This record gives sequence, C-alpha cells and structure tokens, in this order.
Amino acid sequence: MSIDCAAPIAANRFGLGAVPGQLAQIGADPRGWLSSQLRGPPPLLGGAQLRPTADVLRDAAAARKQLQALRRNSPDSTTSAAGAVGSLMRVGALLRQSYVADVTARLQSGASSERPFLERLVYFWSNHFAVSVDKLAVLGVAGSFEREAIRPHVLGHFSELLLAVEQHPAMLLYLDNQRSAGPNSPAAQRAANHDRTLGLNENLAREIMELHTLGVDAGYTQADVSSFAKVLTGWSLGGGEGPLSRGNAGEFLFRAPLHEPGAQSVFHQRYEQSDEAQGRAVLIDLAQARSTARHLATKLARHFIADEPPPAAVEHIAQAFEHSGGHLPTVYQALIQCDEAWSAPFSKFKTPQDYVLSTYRGLQLAVADTPHPLAAFEVLGQRQFAPGSPAGWPDRGDDWNGASALMKRIELADAVAQKIGGTREIAALAPQLLGNGLSDATRQSIARAASPPQALTLLLTAPEFMRR
Amino acid sequence: MTADTRINRRSLLQLGLAAGAAALTTRYSFAAPAAGPARFVFVIMRGALDGLSVVPPYADPDYARLRGELAIAAPGATDGALPLNGFFGLNPGLSFLQQAYTQRELLVLPSVATPYRERSHFDGQDVLENGGTAPHASQSGWLNRALAALPPPLKRGGQSGVALGQNVPLVLRGRAEVASWSPSVLPDLDEDTLQRIADRYASDELLSKRLAEALSTDQWVAEAQAGSVPAAMSSTDASMQDSGGAQSNRSTPQRYLQTVRTAAGFLARDDGPAVAVFDTTGWDTHFNEGGARGQLRNRLAVLDQSLAVLKESMGSAWAHTVVLLATEFGRTAAINGTRGTDHGTASSALLLGGAVAGGRVLTDWPGLSARTLYQQRDLKPTLDLRSVMKGVLHDHLQVSQRALNEEVFPDSGAASALSGLLRA
Repeated sequence: MSIDCAAPIAANRFGLGAVPGQLAQIGADPRGWLSSQLRGPPPLLGGAQLRPTADVLRDAAAARKQLQALRRNSPDSTTSAAGAVGSLMRVGALLRQSYVADVTARLQSGASSERPFLERLVYFWSNHFAVSVDKLAVLGVAGSFEREAIRPHVLGHFSELLLAVEQHPAMLLYLDNQRSAGPNSPAAQRAANHDRTLGLNENLAREIMELHTLGVDAGYTQADVSSFAKVLTGWSLGGGEGPLSRGNAGEFLFRAPLHEPGAQSVFHQRYEQSDEAQGRAVLIDLAQARSTARHLATKLARHFIADEPPPAAVEHIAQAFEHSGGHLPTVYQALIQCDEAWSAPFSKFKTPQDYVLSTYRGLQLAVADTPHPLAAFEVLGQRQFAPGSPAGWPDRGDDWNGASALMKRIELADAVAQKIGGTREIAALAPQLLGNGLSDATRQSIARAASPPQALTLLLTAPEFMRR
Repeated sequence: MTADTRINRRSLLQLGLAAGAAALTTRYSFAAPAAGPARFVFVIMRGALDGLSVVPPYADPDYARLRGELAIAAPGATDGALPLNGFFGLNPGLSFLQQAYTQRELLVLPSVATPYRERSHFDGQDVLENGGTAPHASQSGWLNRALAALPPPLKRGGQSGVALGQNVPLVLRGRAEVASWSPSVLPDLDEDTLQRIADRYASDELLSKRLAEALSTDQWVAEAQAGSVPAAMSSTDASMQDSGGAQSNRSTPQRYLQTVRTAAGFLARDDGPAVAVFDTTGWDTHFNEGGARGQLRNRLAVLDQSLAVLKESMGSAWAHTVVLLATEFGRTAAINGTRGTDHGTASSALLLGGAVAGGRVLTDWPGLSARTLYQQRDLKPTLDLRSVMKGVLHDHLQVSQRALNEEVFPDSGAASALSGLLRA
C-alpha cells in the first residue's frame, strides 16, 4: 500500500471528497477511519419536509381522483377544463416538491456527512437498485425510497436490503409489478369472463435476477424469469384505481386475487408456498446465491478500486459475502482490506455527482446557500435519481469522460470560482484536499495563477481533482 | 471579465495552443468529392423498441388477435396506420417518415435482429454497439472501427465521428478520433484560464485529448451557427409551434430539436464529421404502451419531428445522407397482462435519407402464427442487422469488405453485406 496517498484515497475514493482538516484527522490510520464509520446506527435521513412514501402517494391519488370527478361531472365546460388543468398541475407540483426536498436533503447530507464512506455506500446501493424519475410515477418517491428502503439496511444483511427494496412502492411502480396478474389467478379468470385481459408483467422479475441479484451470466433462463414473475404476482401497493382501490394508498400490499396459484420452480429450486411467502423465499435464496456474491463483489470492486476490477479483489470480497451470509459490514471490511484499493491513487474518474459533492465539501459550501443546487447535476448530465434505466448510472470512466462532459465540468468549475474564488486561500487549500496526491504541476499552476478565482478554477479542474 | 477577453476558441485552435489541436487542423486540407461527402447517422433506440407498433403488420392474420387493444388498424380506419405497401403500415405518430417513404427516402426493415438471443437490455445494447456476437466481446464499437478502416480519401487527420450528448457511447468508442457534443448553458471561460488548463493537461493523455476534441467540435458548432442555417431554423420553429402535439412538457423536446438542428448544421459542412450517433431512450414499454394513441406513439412523434428537423437543417447534404434507426431487440408478439409488451427478439429497423433507395419494405416476413414465432413468443428475425450495417458502410462510406468482415464485424461471415440499400 502506498502509505503516502492513503489519507487522500480514504477521503476521496472511499469518501465523498476531503473537507479541510480531514486528511490530518485520518492521519496514519485510513482503514481505521473507514471502519469506524461502519459502527453505530444506520445513516437515516429525516426532517419535517421529508415525507413518507405513503403520504406522497395518498395525496397524489386524492388529487387524481379530484381530476377524474371534474372530468366526469362536467365534461365540456371550460371551467371544468381549467379545474382539470389546475388539479393536474397540483399532482405534478406535489410530486416535484417531494423530489426537490428529498434531493436537497440528500445532497446536504453528502456535502456535510462525517461518515462519508457510509454515505457513498448509500448512493452505491440506491444506484444498484435504481429507480428513475423519468417515469413520472416515481418522481415523488425516489427520495423516500432511498430513505425507507436503502438507508435503514446498508449496515444489515443483503437479504433484508433486497426485501425492503422489492416491496417498496417506488420499485413496484418503477418496474410495473403493481398490476401483474397470474394467468390462472382469480382476478385474471374474472377478467377473462368479461372479455378483458389481465396477466403477467415480467419486468420486475427479470431485473431482480439480472440486475439486483444473480447477474446476467448466472445461467437462468426465460422459463426462470416467467416463473419468478408468477411468484411475484400480487406484490402490489394499496389504494390504486378501480379494482385496485383496496388497501392503504402507497403501502405494500399482497393482493391474493392477482397471485398465480400453485408451486413454481425458479433457478433450480421449487417453491410450494401459496402466498407472499413464496416471493420472500425466492428472494432469500437469490440473496444467498453464489452468483449474487460475485455479481455484487464485482460492482463494489469496480466502484471502489478500478473500472476493470482486479479478479483477486473480487474473489476476496465475494468470499466475505458468502461466508458472512451477506452481512454487509463484513463485506465492506473485506473491501477496505483489499490492497488493490490503496495502490493506485486517482484511478477512478469522478461521476458528476462525485465531482459536485467533492466541490461542496472541499469549499465547505452549504447546499442551502446554493441558488439552484439541482441544476449542476442537470448541466453535467447526471440528474438526481434519473439514470434512465433500471441498470442505474454506469460506473466506468469512459461513461463520464467525454469531450463535452469535460468541457461542461470545466465551465462549471469556473462559474463556481468566479463567484467565491476571492474568498479562499487556494494555495493552502489544495494540499488540504489532495494531500500527497497534489502534483507539482498543479501546485505550480495554482501558484502562478493571475487571480484567486483563476487559482480555484485551476484547482477544481486539475487532473487529480477530476478523479478519486 | 470584458467581452474581448472571453475565449475565442477558434483563435486558440488556430494558434495551436490547445494540446493536440495541431493534429486536428489537418481536417481542413481534406478535399470533398464533387458529389458531396457521405454522411451516416446512427440513431440508437435504447429500451427494446416495439417494432410491431412502429411498423404494424395490420394485414397479418394473427396481428390483431395478438395485439388486442394495442393493435393498430389498417390505413383509412379511425386511428389507422399510415399506409406503406398494403400489408405493413407506419405508426400514426410517424407522419414525416411516411412522407419520406412516398418520396422513396425510407426503407423499412420489419424483422431484423442482432445476433443476440437473450433478453437483457444491457447485454443486448452491448451487442448492438460492439458489433460482435456476444456481450462484452469488445471494448470498442463497430462504428469506430469502421471509421478507423475508412479509405484514405475519407480518412482525415482529425475527428470523423461525433456523438450527440456529453459522452461517447460504446458504438463510437475506439481508436479513431471522435468527440461528443451537446449544447452548454454555462458561460465560456476566458482564454487565459483555458490556456492554463490546457497546459496543465499536457501531461495527462486522456484529458488533453478530450479537451482538444471539445475545442474542435465547438468550432464546428460556432461555424455552423454562423452559416446559413438560421433561415431554415426560424421556419421550423414556427411549424413546430403550430403542431401542438400530445407532449405535456414541450421544453424538453424543443431543446432536443434545437440540438439536432445544430448537429445537422455541422454534419452538413463539407469538413464536418462523417458519422454521428444520436442516442434515444425510453422505448421500454412494459405498461400502458398505447397503440394508435398513447405513450409510445407520442414518443415516436417527437422522434419523427427530430428527423424532419435533421433533413431540413442538412439542406443539400441530405442527398448524401443515410440514417439508420435500430434497437437492441424487439418485444413480445402478444401484449402482456398490463397493456404493454415484454422483452422479445426481432424488431424493425429503418433506413432514411436522400441516399437511400427507399419507398420499399424489405422483409422475408415470418408471420405471427404460433408455429412461426421465435420460442412461441417473439417475432422471428429473418434479417441480421449486421447485413444492413455492412451494406451501408460498404456502399455509402466505402469501407472494404475485408475490413467489414475482419475488423468491423468479427465473426459475421453468416451475415453478408446487403447490396442495393442505396441509390445507384
């Protein structure tokens, strides 16, 4: 291990970017600094403006009902049209409000957390179990999904995290499971008698196997996907429209009438259970599968070590996963122990989120004081909670280091520097953020800068600040 | 900061100050053939596009039954398909494309697939882009390797490919010089600061390369915007505003159209890039897909508009342009239980442009009967997408058969280049 750069690696690669003074605090025991963050309570996030998923979805459902009533009662009049537009806007505004409140709180947490390694792990898992707000149904609940399904379980067992995620309304809505019905379920039979079709949707089952657990090369088949989709029929949420109105709006609900009766075989196992327990049993087995351990270890090693993760490190992490039954703190400890993670500083190109958060931290800026904190992420191409696909944001340098992406990062850095560069002593700040990772070339370019803002631009655009 | 200290990237480039810039300027010594330089645009449609809704085979005896409430009726009926050849139609959202068909600028390929036969989006897209037969077979993309293999008259000192967006997708990654471009809302840097950044990056291979690419592409854009494009832009703006449409949020499509317009401007230049990649997403329609109306149709209508803008903004260069629209795989022949469709196999691809021998539907139609469906579930592929790509790259960009078979599409012996896709 390269002792020299261990502290900046701990702060920048494992954490979210050094805060002035932090490298000294990390000192000679970077592994200890990281381990200590894994002790204590899970990194929950709360606050009066952060609403539970159920509340958001209940309000949205109420506003939608109002809209339907308006349409029914006076279909032609312009007053009802104006009222309908008003209701529609209320639904949108309501969801957007929740989104903004949650994203702002999340960013503030990243910008100021004293357990930044743990915070990065939260982001890692919520990207692993990605939901995307470009699906409107998810807009108001992506943030509460992270607070309710991810944060409480990042220090638990993977199986608990998995179950919390797959039963969360945000995931059920995002991957379209709320109406999925078994072909032989009572509800589908009833629908067929009335000349309507009701049936299976494979989306959630496929992505759980491919993305959340086993990985695409684990050897499962289309038949496994279809059977698992049948197992998951009935996994829904309460308070839907029409025949789905039963239950509490916005809370997980097992709808027995949608569930496919009978046993199913999934990935070499037979499941005889007749209700929600069937899905739970499959998830527990998937969580413990060998392929899952390898899949997750590969992703962790890619995130924390290198775009092409060293096989020995992957193996080490996967074994920790298997031997501990998916106990996540044990897995993180194994990751910290990998020498490969400490050997090459700045081997990962920062994502826009990494870049913005490390800027906040390095300059000790408060998200609340930033005029449009969400805009930076849009400009840099990583709108919060909007990866656009259930695979989440990609995690390799080539996905982020395009010419246009780099130029926008440079422009953003300069805009920040123009604003606050005059208030910082940049030559003193640079070693606080990069430690021994600060190159002579960057030190010189800062020293020779024509103005304090220019010095800050040169720090924020330096090759070693572009990477972690 | 005063106006005259703000960066003039063109002057920076001409002074050769930016790292790598000198190499890029050789681009301008390229003499265009009299016919006008060939342009190729690849539109990636991520998410598994439902080909049976883009090109509905309304006359197939099994189509209406399989598609139920999502089935699109024959042309002439209420909400019917736009007419093509009496058997296939086009989705009602695709009015510009239908017009292109009647002008013989659209070739319709209703049953194509890559060699990938599983149903993962991400592996499927990887195969669509890497040009091999399996996911992760290569770290570079077929279009980049095609650029690298271009014969000398087309190969230039600088970039010959550009990706619309912040980053370069796999299909365009590799040895050949390419860049990404997307419009910026942030102020430019002053020239001195940018120069210092370029100096600092001189010892960083990746960042100096990327910075040089960005400066060079910005120059194309600046020159394209200073050229003759604005007249065309204003008329398009007017017609777009009149068209209304079902988009609840107009700003995003409008921004996208503006981006396409700018890209068309630099593609149209004689010294512009030979190929471009447009990335589109949101084609994964598991739930409430809609048929003649609804989600998918609305999204297709925005795409249709963007293609109309591309044609208009490219002006006379359109005559030398081929656009290929393709997706990673198709969707189930039958609708699923939630008024959508799940992951399938064959989908439709489209070839559009002034250089295309269009006005035709090209297919060995397998039919949709239970007996002919792939795995009793999906439309069966009857044409390898690589045959289409090879045909275009050979006839349009003059990539040699040897390079196509050995470098661009390894292990593609079974998929020989389709000839006759382009106008003679």
